[in-house]
Amino acid sequence: MNVAVHADFERRQDDALDAAGLIRLAVLAVGGQGGGVLTNWILSLAEQNGYFVQTTSVPGVAQRTGATIYYIEMLPGSDRQPVLALMPTPGDVDIVVASELMEAGRAVTRGFVTPDRTRLITSTHRMHAVSEKIVPGDGIVNPQPVLDGLEKTARSVIAFDLAAVAERHKAHISASLFGALAGSRLLPFERDAFEATIRSSKRGVEASLAAFHEAFELARGTRREAAPASVPDVPQTRPAAARPKVLAARWQALVADVETLPKPVRDMALAGLQKAVDYQDADYGKLYLETLRRVVKEDTAHGGEARNFDFSRMLAKHLANAMCYDDVIRVADLKTRRQRYERIDDEYGGSDGSVFTVTEYMHPRAEEFASVLPAGLGRRLKDSPLGLRIVGRIFSRGRRVRTDRLSGFLILFFVAGLRRFRRRLLRHHTEEAHWRDWLDRATVQLPRNYDLAVELLRVRRLIKGYGDTHARGHGKYDKVIAGIALVEGRDDAAEWARRLIDAGLQDAQGKTLEGALETVRSFVD
Amino acid sequence: MAERSFKKEVQQLKIPAGETFRGEGILAITKALLESGVGYVGGYQGAPISHLMDVLADAEEILGDLGVHFEANASEAAATAMLAASVSYPIRGAVTFKSVVGTNVASDALSNLASAGVKGGALIVLGEDYGEGSSILQERVHAFAMKSQVWLLDPRPNLPSMVKAVKDGFDLSEASSTPVMLELRIRACHVHGAFVASENKRPPVTVKEALANPSRDMSRVVLPPALFHHEQEKVHQRWPAAQKFIRERGLNESFGPKDGRVGLILQGGMYNTVVRALQRLGLADINGDSDVPLYVLNVTYPLVDDEFLDFCADKSAALVVEEGQPAYIEQAFAAVLYKNKGTVQLSGKDYLPPAGEYTGAVVHAGIAGFLRDHQPGLLSDRDRAPNRPETDETVKQLAEIVPQRPPGFCTGCPERPIFAAMKLVEEELGEHQIAGDIGCHLFSTMPPFNIGGSTMGYGLGPASNAAFDGGGDKRAISVLGDGGFWHSGLTASVGNAVFNQSDGVVMIVDNYYSAATGGQDILSSRADNPTKATQHPIEKALAGVGVEWVRTIDRTYDVGKMRDTLREALTTEASGPKVIVASSECMLNRQRRERPIRNQAVKDGKRVVTPKFGVDEDVCTGDHACIRLSGCPSLGLKKLDDPLRDDPIVQIDESCVGCGNCGEVAEAAVLCPSFYQVDRVQNPGRFEAAISRLRSRVIAALQNWRENRRLVKQDLVA
Repeated sequence: MNVAVHADFERRQDDALDAAGLIRLAVLAVGGQGGGVLTNWILSLAEQNGYFVQTTSVPGVAQRTGATIYYIEMLPGSDRQPVLALMPTPGDVDIVVASELMEAGRAVTRGFVTPDRTRLITSTHRMHAVSEKIVPGDGIVNPQPVLDGLEKTARSVIAFDLAAVAERHKAHISASLFGALAGSRLLPFERDAFEATIRSSKRGVEASLAAFHEAFELARGTRREAAPASVPDVPQTRPAAARPKVLAARWQALVADVETLPKPVRDMALAGLQKAVDYQDADYGKLYLETLRRVVKEDTAHGGEARNFDFSRMLAKHLANAMCYDDVIRVADLKTRRQRYERIDDEYGGSDGSVFTVTEYMHPRAEEFASVLPAGLGRRLKDSPLGLRIVGRIFSRGRRVRTDRLSGFLILFFVAGLRRFRRRLLRHHTEEAHWRDWLDRATVQLPRNYDLAVELLRVRRLIKGYGDTHARGHGKYDKVIAGIALVEGRDDAAEWARRLIDAGLQDAQGKTLEGALETVRSFVD
Repeated sequence: MAERSFKKEVQQLKIPAGETFRGEGILAITKALLESGVGYVGGYQGAPISHLMDVLADAEEILGDLGVHFEANASEAAATAMLAASVSYPIRGAVTFKSVVGTNVASDALSNLASAGVKGGALIVLGEDYGEGSSILQERVHAFAMKSQVWLLDPRPNLPSMVKAVKDGFDLSEASSTPVMLELRIRACHVHGAFVASENKRPPVTVKEALANPSRDMSRVVLPPALFHHEQEKVHQRWPAAQKFIRERGLNESFGPKDGRVGLILQGGMYNTVVRALQRLGLADINGDSDVPLYVLNVTYPLVDDEFLDFCADKSAALVVEEGQPAYIEQAFAAVLYKNKGTVQLSGKDYLPPAGEYTGAVVHAGIAGFLRDHQPGLLSDRDRAPNRPETDETVKQLAEIVPQRPPGFCTGCPERPIFAAMKLVEEELGEHQIAGDIGCHLFSTMPPFNIGGSTMGYGLGPASNAAFDGGGDKRAISVLGDGGFWHSGLTASVGNAVFNQSDGVVMIVDNYYSAATGGQDILSSRADNPTKATQHPIEKALAGVGVEWVRTIDRTYDVGKMRDTLREALTTEASGPKVIVASSECMLNRQRRERPIRNQAVKDGKRVVTPKFGVDEDVCTGDHACIRLSGCPSLGLKKLDDPLRDDPIVQIDESCVGCGNCGEVAEAAVLCPSFYQVDRVQNPGRFEAAISRLRSRVIAALQNWRENRRLVKQDLVA
């Protein structure tokens, strides 16, 4: 992250307010996230050190998870009561402390951050806004333009992931923000005074002080920010001795196979291979690689090399996802794995002798039951409304499965064990037919319109989730495919395909997609 | 039990004269009431004066020692009606509520109170919810003052001035036999400051003493012929008396040089913002000593004509800084000038915007503009011709990127599953006409729920659907909180629906408190409140007014049941209003209540179970349907370090309180099996721990058995 550490606070001397030693400080926070505590600490710190302080806030309903601003003015105490402002004014704020990156951005958009005056301290972590979270695709705002904007508008910026600092010490973010403020030396108080303030708060003092110290040193520049705590994807590797030797050898052979693919494809192919093997077995991995290799050949024949094998790489990604569809076996498998139990134990077990129970929230439907039947039987059931109704009566309801207990664990363990028969089951037949059709459809386009072929692969991204969500994904997929068929012959077909896919990822109901399709129809008619 | 406790802070109410009092504006007001010898206090909670009600409730013992009665009134109308005690008896009374919506509710009582006039000082402390952070319609209380002839104080927003305003208010009220409203803006209510305390005073006559010696005065009853005299009295006696008192006591203040050519006229509440503008223009110092004459109206109604004319006497121009619209003060002064052939150029909402909050930037620009035209010599070169900031472009860019963050339901809020269920029913039965009320539940109108299309006032949700009472192909749904139900909803909404044989569905959201205002107890609260009668079930009241179809859900988190009940209400053959009472405790309050108890229990070595929820990373596919149906703040997004996956997955952060809504929604909506609940058991029993160990061992053995027969992720490295 971006760090700028400055010399001790040199105060501007623009007007009588500066001359009087007035400090104007705004805290921008998310309601209920420590802004109030931080403000009270600053208040008590300044008062204890002989300052006259005025704080205001607009809590109201904004305290319920909305953006909230606290405002503090302070100056050395004197006999007369000064007249201070009750709200921050653009161009008139010395220090902005933001508890989250977008709140720092908000301080800029509200004009509180100006290059001649405002020193900005912000945590760089994100608490995503509802508008970002409800997008079915990736709605997360790109933080880089905001970070750049802060650099451009503030006199100086101190930016760290102060939420991570707090979390490391099991403290609240108010403690690390306070530490960064102390370390910035923007307030005319010694470190001891800051610490005394935390001590007098009497609650969670040790944890707060630990977070304070780390943030202090980060802001001071005497410590570097730790790399983002990369939670290892694989908590523990299995002891080498325990590894099944025959299987390990097969794996090595598959990896060697990947090495024979064109270089640009290899990384993605390896990731896809890992997924396929982990999902099913080495044979399945082989099928994946063979399918990929066949396509790479076609790709090469149609100028793939010049295009960095875009088509093959796109396939390597989406084929893996298509082949590793999310069925009940997969879910049961993931939920009964050792790594999962270790991860939960890490998080909730603790060394204090506490134990924990785990309850899964599931809702299998008749369709799920049919999907794990052998293909013939399953198909017959699916075609029989009566059968589905009966099975639905028996199976379709919310189920809470206690997977820390043997009874619950064994049910899922058994379902996970169906993996061995997976390739004979109805769901597998349906899924395989679907991805083969998808692949053919895209490959056919390769000689005609390379970019369109790539987009035709990317359409798969619309299919994800379970139950209704999954069905809706399929619906969108079909619509986009039909939409692409309308523009197929055009030069800008790939561009339109891309737009349709992006529209499909915008909202759940598919309203944006309908709009985009309407546009397409309007010019092909 | 209120969300915030002031038990510690109220001890300051007892400090002896001469000591410095430090705290929030609200607390200072309470102290001022005691120093004024108030005999009874009351009010109705609402931002920004909720804390004043909380302070009064927490100070009940101190009040009792002084012989002061505290009433948590049922509504703003009830609070204002209570001031009737000051009509008949020489006792000072004070009530508080939010404005302008509270004043609307109070207006019936306010008019009658104003007509009768008062013997003892009657003070209404109004929390003015205007501008940033406001959750209500933007209107002025000034109109109420004018129409009912009630005086309006708008003191400078610092603690000494606010404390003085309380005392002046009582004196003014008694000197002019008129109730007085004291208006405090949001930031003034929450401003932290200090003032020097005086002695608390016992009321000269207590309400108990008055009760022992009843008195009545027919001339004060608002009935003919007295009411005609009241109108004459207002104009011929009370108004002049008030103006005389204001002038003689110097309630309005003048600052700055006596001989300036231009001057500023401002509401007391605007003082700090105006002074900051002057400070930045180099025309005032840190203590507020101004180079420009200021006429500060600490009383904004009635205005004192000759005071104003004196201020304008040798000036060429004056600017009225008056927040809100219409510009009543500016208009009134313009009329005074016209009638008195004044020559001063009067400005106001020409240099300043006609509507909206008067923020620092707005007032700065307005005053600078006014001075540029009328006395440019006062300004520096920079202020005479200011440059546009160079960073405008960046600001514009960021404004497009930075997402909005409106307030919403808290983590674990019991209202979330109600609206999740409503969304699920709408997926089955189509969209419905849905009306909201006032309260936390109104957050449902925002994403992700987008439910509810109107709000017509407190307790009026179902009433606002009355046009649809006759029914049709679909039924209208209305939502009413427990606060609104007891405020007026029982009669105005539910009684109305029964009487008119409404076919609609009413969802009563019972979260055990008046939650949106900070968790004050109400009639149906479950808590034992030592001084108030709680635990009166809403169902009994419903039965009492004749509702026949009532369904009670005592755990709103049961999304499936919630959905089924709502579906039943929308499809049943039963006639008359269909009322669902959905009850679960406000999670914010529940956590505040339970967390310390839980922590103590853990320390004491007792068995404590804490639920938390989690999402299986590999099972979550990143379609975010759960967020669209729930929106819990503890559900965040996480980008995976996996090249195969484009979309961020959902993760639950440590703020999770284990309410179970996410799991229940995923289950009821058949979303996905990613959610799991972990119940952490601290200090487990010996047997429990042993069983748990045994289970883990058997499970681990089975896991190893399978793992040795396959390749799993961690083996798969190149």
